[in-house]
Amino acid sequence: MTTRRRNARVLPGFGLSLGFTLTYLGLIVLFPLSLLFWKSATLGWGEFWAVATTPRALAAYRITLGASFIAASINMGFGLLLAWVLTRYRWKGRQFVDALVDLPFALPTAVSGIALTAVYSKHGVIGSKLEALGIQAAFSPIGIVLALTFIGLPFVVRTVQPVLEDLEPEVEEAAASLGASRWQVFHRVLLPMILPATLTGFALAFARALGEYGSVVFISGNMPMKTEIASLLIMTKLEQYDYPGATAIAVMMLGASFVLLLIINLLQWHAQRHRVSR
Amino acid sequence: MSIEVRNLKKRFGDYVALGDVNLRVETGELVALLGPSGAGKTTLLRVIGGLDHADSGEVFFHGQETTDRALREREVGFVFQHYALFRHMTVFENVAFGLRVRPKTTRPTEASIKDRVMRLLDLVHLGGLSTRFPSQLSGGQRQRVALARALAVEPKVLLLDEPFGSLDAKVRQELRRWLRRLHDELHTTSVFVTHDQEEAMEVADRVVIMNKGEIEQIGTPEEVYFGPKSAFVYNFLGNVNLFQGRVEGGRAYLGSVSLPLPDASPAKGDSATIYVRPHLLDLADQPNGLDHFRAKVEHIHPTGSTVKVELTAEWGEPFQVEISHERYRALALRRGMETFVTLRNESLFVETTPGDGMMFGEGI
Amino acid sequence: MSGARSRETTEPAWVRRLLIGGALAYLALFLFVPIGAVFAEALKKGIPAYLAAFRDPYTLKAFLLTILVTVLAVPLNVLFGIAAAWAITKFRFRGKNLLITLIDLPFSVSPVISGLIFVLLFGNQGLLGPWLQEREIRIIFALPGIVLATIFVTFPFVARELIALMQTQGSEEEEAALSLGANGWQTFWRVTLPNIRWGLLYGAILATSRAIGEFGAVSVVSGHIRGKTNTVPLHIEILYNEYNFVGAFAIASLLVLTALLTLGVKTVVQRRARAEQDRLGSAAPEQTP
Repeated sequence: MTTRRRNARVLPGFGLSLGFTLTYLGLIVLFPLSLLFWKSATLGWGEFWAVATTPRALAAYRITLGASFIAASINMGFGLLLAWVLTRYRWKGRQFVDALVDLPFALPTAVSGIALTAVYSKHGVIGSKLEALGIQAAFSPIGIVLALTFIGLPFVVRTVQPVLEDLEPEVEEAAASLGASRWQVFHRVLLPMILPATLTGFALAFARALGEYGSVVFISGNMPMKTEIASLLIMTKLEQYDYPGATAIAVMMLGASFVLLLIINLLQWHAQRHRVSR
Repeated sequence: MSIEVRNLKKRFGDYVALGDVNLRVETGELVALLGPSGAGKTTLLRVIGGLDHADSGEVFFHGQETTDRALREREVGFVFQHYALFRHMTVFENVAFGLRVRPKTTRPTEASIKDRVMRLLDLVHLGGLSTRFPSQLSGGQRQRVALARALAVEPKVLLLDEPFGSLDAKVRQELRRWLRRLHDELHTTSVFVTHDQEEAMEVADRVVIMNKGEIEQIGTPEEVYFGPKSAFVYNFLGNVNLFQGRVEGGRAYLGSVSLPLPDASPAKGDSATIYVRPHLLDLADQPNGLDHFRAKVEHIHPTGSTVKVELTAEWGEPFQVEISHERYRALALRRGMETFVTLRNESLFVETTPGDGMMFGEGI
Repeated sequence: MSGARSRETTEPAWVRRLLIGGALAYLALFLFVPIGAVFAEALKKGIPAYLAAFRDPYTLKAFLLTILVTVLAVPLNVLFGIAAAWAITKFRFRGKNLLITLIDLPFSVSPVISGLIFVLLFGNQGLLGPWLQEREIRIIFALPGIVLATIFVTFPFVARELIALMQTQGSEEEEAALSLGANGWQTFWRVTLPNIRWGLLYGAILATSRAIGEFGAVSVVSGHIRGKTNTVPLHIEILYNEYNFVGAFAIASLLVLTALLTLGVKTVVQRRARAEQDRLGSAAPEQTP
């Protein structure tokens, strides 16, 4: 009897490719990320909590979460609208607009930041008009919302668009033949079908906004307790060589992202199951 | 080169793909693996070819164990169900691939590669299409490219997975006759998988009938067709009528009538299934001295090469009979007519459920 | 498709116009006007001033550094993407889904945190800090740190694109190549690679665009040393904070043009990559349980 490689793989390169994958993943991602927890552990629970929940940190969480939520909500509404007009209607410039929707992904965040500041500061095209109405856009929480809306713009559009494209017109025709008005068709038939994708898009935009830094620092004014987001606070602590403080806030923010990631996965799993059973 | 497999077993989770399979294919034979989907035939072919590994058991090529030999060293030509042609290469480059990847020392010269590829393309009647891409070919043409590509490396064994599976009926017919002729020219030991019994019968020297990961029967097309060893085989190889009854003293009792059974049939069984093919039954307008039962004509389908008649037996079971057009005209069958059914002088098959297994017999 | 919609399944013309108008207004406020503003600000003092911004030696150095970082980071991630996709799509093994999730992980880590973890590893107070200081190896506030942070933030792009593509393509062509006597490398170079080239390019374009523009992560590890560790986005920040608006917006305008070009190329490549995926003539093989 020869020695058997019973689970021998037919295609070659399993050891090499998996070995390289795991090594690279471990060195670049897993090991460095684990240092966050190592550093937090050196603090001890009590001190960690104290550092992570100073009034300034709490204010930063509040402004980050609040602005991210508002921005993601704006993007959910207008993203849905944009996805609708891009898939349902044929109009001049549609393809051009469709291609431009991805621009916030392609544009360096620093460029987005200074561009938005130029437009919405009190000397800017739009900012000056708002100033006349007594609204200060840049260097206020509104500025943060503006920046986060900009960078999250493509998410809802790009998650809802393929679902809308896949919907069969027969469904709507059936509803119409049963006497439903156009509005009833939309909110009773279409909306439930695109809801999972819309929520996924919302969650993705929200998650992206939580960690955003580059586009916000230029427009927010960066005043502690007022317009200081969590990413910026981490940055400030780093510049003061306060590594434990930076790490504690980072761990809190990372925890929030992971919870969101979990929700996104559940939503996608739900949507997938729905699509299969259809 | 002969192929032998011994005690092959393979499972995917709870699903048994290969129960305990033993098979020998002689040098130069063309063998069909026949069975319904899920029977394990593709798995068996892939294990022979080295594309899959069995959980246990051995594979021998020409008496030498090859169980653990790598795919690229087995010298098998494998023709995939969906062809697996290289999409980005022309027909010529597809066929030349196996020659071009050889190590420098054994690689033929460019001129002889060209020569050999063109000869193969002529052999599969694709000489004029060498510069096309696979996406520009019809299904039948792709299949022939796949075959030429496999033959280019002069394999000792040719394995074909559902070679005509994705083609339409007419192309299938042509291609399988062509494959048979090609094999008669080349004599490469070949095994092909099919779920189409007609295809297996028409092309193969021997047929291996598989079901649920086991081999049910091996034999020439005549042997398996006229001497099925199990109800499954009898059933699988063609249309069949099933009658429920009981068996005693060499006779089958169906409702109020009794029929004589072949000698080798089970002697006794309270619940028996009698299998008989529609074309092995005959109809008559009056009793003719043979054992018979009565039946009423329900439907007549006179299309095709034979006339299919649906009837109800006197004990109430529906069944089907196939007769020739001449016979149909001579009998002047009409719907609702009463006829006399006799069995032709060929095999029927009896299976008794409690106890003593399955037997078959010939003649009446 | 929508062109052929019946009256029953579309809206009256005025509703359509209103909806399109609303969508365009939203895009104008958040996209068109800000992009226009970049060019307006850059050209505010005329074309000579615009061009002068590019003659600044520090600007030139920033561009060189960004190109160098991109050229180092993206190929490594391409290599990783190919290896990961090969392992994940060609073999069965336990923990595969976990591995896929872990590969996507860097996308859910904020840029600033992505920089922070490398400071915790290689910084002076970091885990390896003392060891590196003894040997006078600089990683943080130097090129290696910037490259590492860039690799981290662009980590999943190629892998995730290739995993999706190779999963739909299956392994039959590779099996055919091996049965014809090809060895592993020949199979990869001659069969696999030509089949995935557009998907690979698409992933690489996404990674490149992110690598050029990354700000937060690089900002943490760079140290902002002019002419040494300043990438283009960081250089824009410095010019902006020094009130050199023409300079900042001039460079920004170049990045906007690059982004627009990337979008154009991306659209073309994406179409090819989709075709690559659709060109499969095969359904799932029989008998796979």
